[in-house]
Amino acid sequence: MRIEAADVVVVGGGAAGLSAALAALETFATDGRNAARVALVSKVYPMRSHTVAAEGGAAGVVPWGDDSLDAHLADTLASGSGLGDQAAAQWILERAPRELARLDRLGMPWSRDDSGRPAVRRFGGMSNPRTWFAADKTGFHMLHTLFQESLRHTLTTADSRDSAAPSIIRYDEHIALDLLMSDGGGARGIVAYDQQQGHVVAFVAPAVILATGGAARAWGTSTNAGIVTGDGLSMALRAGLALRDIEFVQVHPTCLPATGILITEAARGEGGVLLDRNGDRYLADYGLGPVTPVGQPVPRTMELGPRDRLSQAFWKADRDGRTIPWHDGADGAAGSVGAAGGGETDAASGTSAGARRNVVHLDLRHVGDFLLKTRLPLVTGLARRYVGVDPRFGLIPVCPAAHYTMGGIPTTPQGQVLDGAGQAVPGLYAAGECASTGLHGANRLGSNSLVETLVVGRAAGALAAGDTGSFDGLSASPRYSTTDKALTDQAEALAQPWLAMRGQGSESPAHIRRDLGALLDADVGIYCDADGLARARASIDSLRQRFADVRVADTSSVFNTDWAQALQVGAMLDVAAAVVAAAEGRHESRGAHQRIDHPDADAAPKHSIVVTGQTGVPEVSYV
Amino acid sequence: MSEGTIRVTVTRQEPGQPPRDETYDVPFDERTSVLDALDWIKDTVDATLTFRWSCRSAVCGSCGVMVNGRPVLGCETFVAGYATSGITVGPMSHAAVQRDLAVDTEDFLAKLRSAFPWMLPEPAALAVEGSAGDGGAVDLAALVSTQTLEQLEAFRTLAQCIDCMLCYAACPVLAEVPGFTGPAAIATAQRWNHDSRDGGDEQRFEALADNEEGIWPCIQNGACTRVCPKGVDPAKAIKDLQRLAMGA
Ligand SMILES: Cc1cc2nc3c(=O)[nH]c(=O)nc-3n(C[C@H](O)[C@H](O)[C@H](O)COP(=O)(O)OP(=O)(O)OC[C@H]3O[C@@H](n4cnc5c(N)ncnc54)[C@H](O)[C@@H]3O)c2cc1C
Ligand code: FES
Repeated sequence: MRIEAADVVVVGGGAAGLSAALAALETFATDGRNAARVALVSKVYPMRSHTVAAEGGAAGVVPWGDDSLDAHLADTLASGSGLGDQAAAQWILERAPRELARLDRLGMPWSRDDSGRPAVRRFGGMSNPRTWFAADKTGFHMLHTLFQESLRHTLTTADSRDSAAPSIIRYDEHIALDLLMSDGGGARGIVAYDQQQGHVVAFVAPAVILATGGAARAWGTSTNAGIVTGDGLSMALRAGLALRDIEFVQVHPTCLPATGILITEAARGEGGVLLDRNGDRYLADYGLGPVTPVGQPVPRTMELGPRDRLSQAFWKADRDGRTIPWHDGADGAAGSVGAAGGGETDAASGTSAGARRNVVHLDLRHVGDFLLKTRLPLVTGLARRYVGVDPRFGLIPVCPAAHYTMGGIPTTPQGQVLDGAGQAVPGLYAAGECASTGLHGANRLGSNSLVETLVVGRAAGALAAGDTGSFDGLSASPRYSTTDKALTDQAEALAQPWLAMRGQGSESPAHIRRDLGALLDADVGIYCDADGLARARASIDSLRQRFADVRVADTSSVFNTDWAQALQVGAMLDVAAAVVAAAEGRHESRGAHQRIDHPDADAAPKHSIVVTGQTGVPEVSYV
Repeated sequence: MSEGTIRVTVTRQEPGQPPRDETYDVPFDERTSVLDALDWIKDTVDATLTFRWSCRSAVCGSCGVMVNGRPVLGCETFVAGYATSGITVGPMSHAAVQRDLAVDTEDFLAKLRSAFPWMLPEPAALAVEGSAGDGGAVDLAALVSTQTLEQLEAFRTLAQCIDCMLCYAACPVLAEVPGFTGPAAIATAQRWNHDSRDGGDEQRFEALADNEEGIWPCIQNGACTRVCPKGVDPAKAIKDLQRLAMGA
């Protein structure tokens, strides 16, 4: 086992992790702590993180319009349906414009308005245009802007590690396995596995920031990349910590069938409309009207209604026979239905790669060449490549897919992690999609999450760097060694069971993953009910039993992606069990959680808190 | 109604071992990508097959491989076009193989970093954090730059690079001069040079022109531009810098 000491460990290299790392450096610089080091640990190279896929934009009120912070706050809380936290939302949203401006200074290629200022576009559920964007590749540009800025401050092994300024040391392709906790319940580091060198690494630090992203890849039909598997959420559960409001998972209404590739809401903000099998604007019949003129979108109406309402309208239109059957490919062919790939037909689960899905049509034909090229180039290319439609002339087939994890590790708006009882966990922070700050409540507004990664990531980074003042960490102790034997013993003990999975087992991880995706799609979707959730719970229980005997055929110590996949399947199972447990006990409909058997919202909104009980079963309370 | 199977030969390599070819018959249809085919092999035939992927939508840059000798993104290359010939999938050229199709990324990142791919001079830090409640009181108009459409267009295309390294695999020069800074890094340098907010041209120019392995090894073969999945034109970026250096 290798031991690395750092002043702050950041787990995750997406927008939240990079923002946290950069903010920690600034705090160290202000404090004159030039020898301070941030360890940036990520299972993929940071520029591969899933932030890269965000398309539409990031919300922040601009003063050169009719907009106001109050309006942004009101929209956000309305969408949060009683579970948003006003103080938290205010703290985060009022800092949003400043963070977007910071990105401008770092070189973000914001799209511009006629006077050259960053342009803002309309977004679903937002009463005013306030979504900053870089064409339809906002996340890609944000991630690369932050990553390239981080390179300025990164020491590589080729450099002298005695740089005269606070610096980042990157640990790419290191999979975090578990949190290291002190006896007093504070975070002291993480234990991870270096896929390139092939050994366990204990990162010892006085402060840890989890920025590991969401978990929506667990669903078979999902907009999330293969790496978005809830690892950090499952690490928190194993460390005895809680997840809050984890049953609230946003389903995005407009994605390409089979692949789940997202067609951004911006396509509707720029004037795209949704049509049923008869070419009718069906949303008007499901409470989203009145019908707006084609090409003249109206805030919070029709195609620009909140996402959950649009997904619900799809579900009802489908029930009413108004959708269009869409068949992708041949049975048995290697295809990309969910991350399961594989594609062989499995009699037990009844799924196959030749997916039959019902779709509606997204019509962008009237949007025009110019806007397609300048504002929706990515969407245009994706439609051509993955469904063979040229949006200038054809209708794009779209359907809903699991998209965003609203709940997560409970934190203050500054990213300080709270335990199940609401007490601060010393030295532990979380930011980005893995955190539940109170901004999103029961339903996130599109373009609020990217700014949350920036604002909360930054605040967590600054706080974590401040925490380390009294620590005799990297800057004070001999580099790359530590004498705290209790911690290194803990790291060895935690890593052991993970390592022991190799060369064992008989259950295919790919099959478990595919079955999990199928059951979540079927019973934990846009609408659920008690029977479906009970079915899902039973299925997840049996999948967890199968997982106890998961087959890891690959015994290699380096680049063992078979093993990595098994770890990720395990994390998704943990999160899925928590989601279903919290959904079962929530006997109401609210935001993204819609129960056919409990259609109304309770008078008093409550948060769910899930922890793992003694027997490994999730225990839920509502507070 | 499967459209049959396609022969997929994968060039595989364990650390410290010589490469070997293995062939698989993979069921496919018109939407099966090279990445899908690799997934199918991993899930049903050999779990040890190693390759990188994440987004499956050609934006994360993870899945570069050689298909029949040509560098491509596996997730946006469909196998149907090769049904009769079959395909050979190998690791990207001009990079050290780590395992099977996973190749070294460090060398590329070091080259990228040598091109100063960040705003110069370093922007002054914005105030880190105030106390709660003061966040609204910023003069945003004073904090943001303005750029005209032309100024944005001057670097927008160059900013599309996803660091997939296909251009390094395609560049014949890298076979001869492994230290060549290479297409993507130089294109990214130009992305910053052409950004009206940046003032680092001289520093980057020095790094790339006063350096035998900077812009000079390029012979304008153009392969980099042809294989770029994002429409970046590194060959032109390098030519522009070469001309500038020669005082043209
Ligand atoms: C297709 C799509 C489009 C979107 N569009 C928008 C939009 O327009 N506007 C908006 O506001 N939001 C959007 N979102 C949501 C937003 O992009 C995400 O919520 C946000 O990018 C998450 O950032 P993050 O930094 O928290 O996590 P990520 O970017 O997912 O990064 C997670 C990081 O954690 C690391 N990690 C995870 N597990 C481990 C482990 N075990 N060990 C080590 N490292 C680990 C990963 O390597 C990665 O670096 C979109 C999401 C999707 C899927
Ligand atoms: S998987 Fe992301 S580019 Fe291919």
